[in-house]
Amino acid sequence: MNAIAKSPHQDIQSPVAGSQVIASSERKIWPLTGGVHPEENKHQSTSCPVSVPPLPETLVLPLSQHAGLPADPLIRVGDKVLKGQMIAKASGFVSAALHAPTSGTITAIENRPIPHASGFYDLCIILAADGQEQWCQLAPVTDYRQLSPAELVEKVRDAGISGMGGAGFPTAIKLAPGTAINTLILNGTECEPYITADDMLMREKADAVIEGAEILQYMLGAQECLIGIEDNKPEAIAAMRRAAAGKNIDIVVFPAIYPSGGEKQLIQILTAQEVPSGKLPADLGMVVQNVGTAVAVKEAIVDGKPLISRITTLTGDALTAPQNVEALIGTLAQDLLQYAALKASELSTLVFGGPMMGFSVDRMDIPVIKTSNCLIAATEDEFPAAPDAQACIRCGHCAEACPSSLLPQQLYWHARAENHEQLMHHNLFDCIECGACSFVCPSSIPLVQYYRASKGAIRTQEAKHAKSERSKQRYEDRLARLAQEKAEKEAKRKANAERAAKLKAAKTAEKTGSDAKAEEDPIQAAIARAKARKAAAAGASESTSAGQAPSASDRPLSAKQKELKVQLSMAKAQAKKTERALAAAEASAELKGDRGDIEQLKSNLAMLHEQVSKLQQAFDEKAQDSASKNNPEKPAKAPLSDEAKKLKIESAMANAAVKKLQRAIASAGEDELDTLKQQLVTAEQKAAEMKQALEGLS
Amino acid sequence: MALINSRSSISQRGRETSPHALGQNSTQRVMSLVIMATIPGLMAQTVFFGWGALINVAWCSLVAMGCEAAVVSLRQRSVSFYLSDCSALLTGVLLGLALPPFAPWWLSLVAVSFGMVIGKHLYGGLGQNPFNPAMLGYVVVLISFPQEMTTWLPPLGLEGHNNSLSDALFTIFPLGQAVSVDAISMATPLDVLRENKSLTINELWEANPVFDGMAGRGWMWVNLAYLASGVFLIWRKVFTWHGPAGMLAAIAIMATLFWSGNGSDSQGSPLFHLLSGATMLGAFFIITDPVSGATSNRGRLIFGAGVGVMVYVIRAWGGYPDGVAFATLLMNMAAPTIDYYTQPRTYGHHKANKGLPKKD
Repeated sequence: MNAIAKSPHQDIQSPVAGSQVIASSERKIWPLTGGVHPEENKHQSTSCPVSVPPLPETLVLPLSQHAGLPADPLIRVGDKVLKGQMIAKASGFVSAALHAPTSGTITAIENRPIPHASGFYDLCIILAADGQEQWCQLAPVTDYRQLSPAELVEKVRDAGISGMGGAGFPTAIKLAPGTAINTLILNGTECEPYITADDMLMREKADAVIEGAEILQYMLGAQECLIGIEDNKPEAIAAMRRAAAGKNIDIVVFPAIYPSGGEKQLIQILTAQEVPSGKLPADLGMVVQNVGTAVAVKEAIVDGKPLISRITTLTGDALTAPQNVEALIGTLAQDLLQYAALKASELSTLVFGGPMMGFSVDRMDIPVIKTSNCLIAATEDEFPAAPDAQACIRCGHCAEACPSSLLPQQLYWHARAENHEQLMHHNLFDCIECGACSFVCPSSIPLVQYYRASKGAIRTQEAKHAKSERSKQRYEDRLARLAQEKAEKEAKRKANAERAAKLKAAKTAEKTGSDAKAEEDPIQAAIARAKARKAAAAGASESTSAGQAPSASDRPLSAKQKELKVQLSMAKAQAKKTERALAAAEASAELKGDRGDIEQLKSNLAMLHEQVSKLQQAFDEKAQDSASKNNPEKPAKAPLSDEAKKLKIESAMANAAVKKLQRAIASAGEDELDTLKQQLVTAEQKAAEMKQALEGLS
Repeated sequence: MALINSRSSISQRGRETSPHALGQNSTQRVMSLVIMATIPGLMAQTVFFGWGALINVAWCSLVAMGCEAAVVSLRQRSVSFYLSDCSALLTGVLLGLALPPFAPWWLSLVAVSFGMVIGKHLYGGLGQNPFNPAMLGYVVVLISFPQEMTTWLPPLGLEGHNNSLSDALFTIFPLGQAVSVDAISMATPLDVLRENKSLTINELWEANPVFDGMAGRGWMWVNLAYLASGVFLIWRKVFTWHGPAGMLAAIAIMATLFWSGNGSDSQGSPLFHLLSGATMLGAFFIITDPVSGATSNRGRLIFGAGVGVMVYVIRAWGGYPDGVAFATLLMNMAAPTIDYYTQPRTYGHHKANKGLPKKD
């Protein structure tokens, strides 16, 4: 085509430089592993151009026409919809929207038979056409290069495009792979016998394919674009070469062999690379799209039209006029077959898709969906019933035909034995179910069916296994939790017992050694002094309470006064306790030789004690004062209760502070002394406040 | 629309699993091709060793089909279905070719019925047998009746050659007037070479009329006929080249390694070993039995090489003049292990899986 094209060497050496090569027919190709040559039967449906069948009265639109979650209906029964209007939106990341293929009325959303190997029914939107073909508002993009790839991906998503080659994976996801893409591969292989939809598309819409390829290339940022076509489509190849002239797109032609059109197989043929097991082409920097998908993308972006129709091959010996049609999504098979003049009496098998990987259906009121590339109305002679399977003689013809280099004969053996371990060991899940092994099997064993069943059984078993693993984990976690709780309880109990033992030991030690130590240790002396003071104060309070007792008996204290009294006595008791605890803490600290903090602690405590005793005295005096003042008359509640309230609050605060301190000291370790000190500081502050309040009162 | 709306028009067959298109291959076709490919060898055997080979093949086929029919009807299966795969016929034909041309009828009967009933059907029938049924039957009679099994008639052109059909028939089925085989029998070249302790190869060739050309009178042509048929079968993709190539290469290499020239202790030249005895019959018709052999191409190469090495070992230092049957049975036992270690590398995998699946 030009000077560069004459250097295939450069083409292979450097893909980036090679991408400058235009439509080089010398591009190196690599052979497919295995493969078979079934009778092509493609000529029957390529004799006339793609036609448009009459508008059907009713369209049946399954909500699940793609891989992933079914679409979410946006309309209600009775709604009038316009052609191209979105009638169901994508319900998640892996999902695709659905649009009205023509204008009309929604008559039902109900379960209808769907094109699926299972023969199941699924939710479908039923649209009665009004014959107006009235389009909704479209938003074409005049220059897609003005938009960012992300915006274009959004448009593709909104157009409801899913892979049109058969797998039906939502296209928008493949166009935002998250990894750098070097190579865009368009799949125009169409290796299955009978199907000619892509062949006719490339013949008649080559420009649209190329434009779509350029848009996809722009969206993916791919430097290189290869379009792979089998050599049994000379017209399509010629049309594509014409359309791609002068473009950065390489039309690669290779010998026809089934299953060269498998995504992995096409990559192997065009690049000699293999998609690692369990990975995607994107991991190799490649994206593969069907040529039909490229046209759908072009129409979505340039014309603003969503995916509402596709080219479907109508073929098979039971049709008088086999051909390709531009069918609206949702057209029933019976309408299309009638259009192609079905000889109903000769129809024996109706296949959706190709003869190698398609599935047969047992009724004709099933709609064409986004992935339906072919309908084969076959006669008995065309697809005779498979003869009874004979014994496997391990001839290995299947292994010769397998494009994945599996050992189908061994897989069959282990599938029959339900030996899942061996099946996994023989890489069952790398089987692409192309059917080449079944095709060549001299014993007519439905090998692929065994693999499908085994895959299903293994998936079910793994799901069950995962579930039981989760339950097991849950149970084990619970056991562990219970054991931990028990251990914690045990540890607490032990710690308590130890502390009690220590306290006891400290007490006895104090009793025996306090006198001797008092002279040596000034702090001990201070404690002793504080104790003495406290004892004196206690004695005083006791005497006061004793003195009060008679007066209390003839003149009962108010409830609040009573409470105050109780609290005070409690505070005293706690102060005592605190002292004891401090002694214990001291004992433990002594062992560690860390005395500074303990000393401060002790002096602080002594101060606290003093304050508490002062408070007590003040309170007692006050109480007596007020009692003597107000007793003769009715007890003056207001002033007393005011003061008493305040006092109560203050003493409660002191109480709290002391309590805190006690707790802190009780659990004193050397590393906790810092926090302990802080607590003491706050306790001091509170005590000081209380003192002030008391001074103010007195 | 209503006219083709009815479900019934396509419901006779209902839903079927893909693929809907099926290839033209069939087990019957594979077996018949192999049987037909034995014809050149059979003809050579008949030309050089008399009608015995032909009578043997017919008799063994009859017995084999009879055994198959008997067992299948005992198992209450369709006799015609199982007989039509031609696997029993092939076993009979191969045994008929392998047994000495004038083996008595009861010898063939024992060999074939043992191979068919015990070697094949007791294991579950076609596809289930771990051993090559023909070789199992052959070894049973070889061990049990060594005298009958090691005497072959002198080949065409030698004195005492018996070439009349009626004589052959009466030799095999002695109805009253038995012809003593001993009187006209002669050891095979492999046997003579093995027993030779004093003569150089050249002297041996001159002294013994059984030697002619490179591998003995008649034997070379029989082997070349099987070689041609084998190449034809490989071309028709009935089996791959791996097994036969492995076996023949191994025999050639072993014979070259241990070929000590022309002396009296010589084991014979590589060509002598390739073209005598059952080498070619074994390489293209015996070890290519897919059921009892290794299944991957690499496995078949190893399997064939193993057979080749053992054939030479048995011929050179073993107790029997030829070792194809023993070598095949021994390698049959190794086939499952070979299969475990010769899985091909699957698409998208870095390397092939080996051995047994790993337990976690």
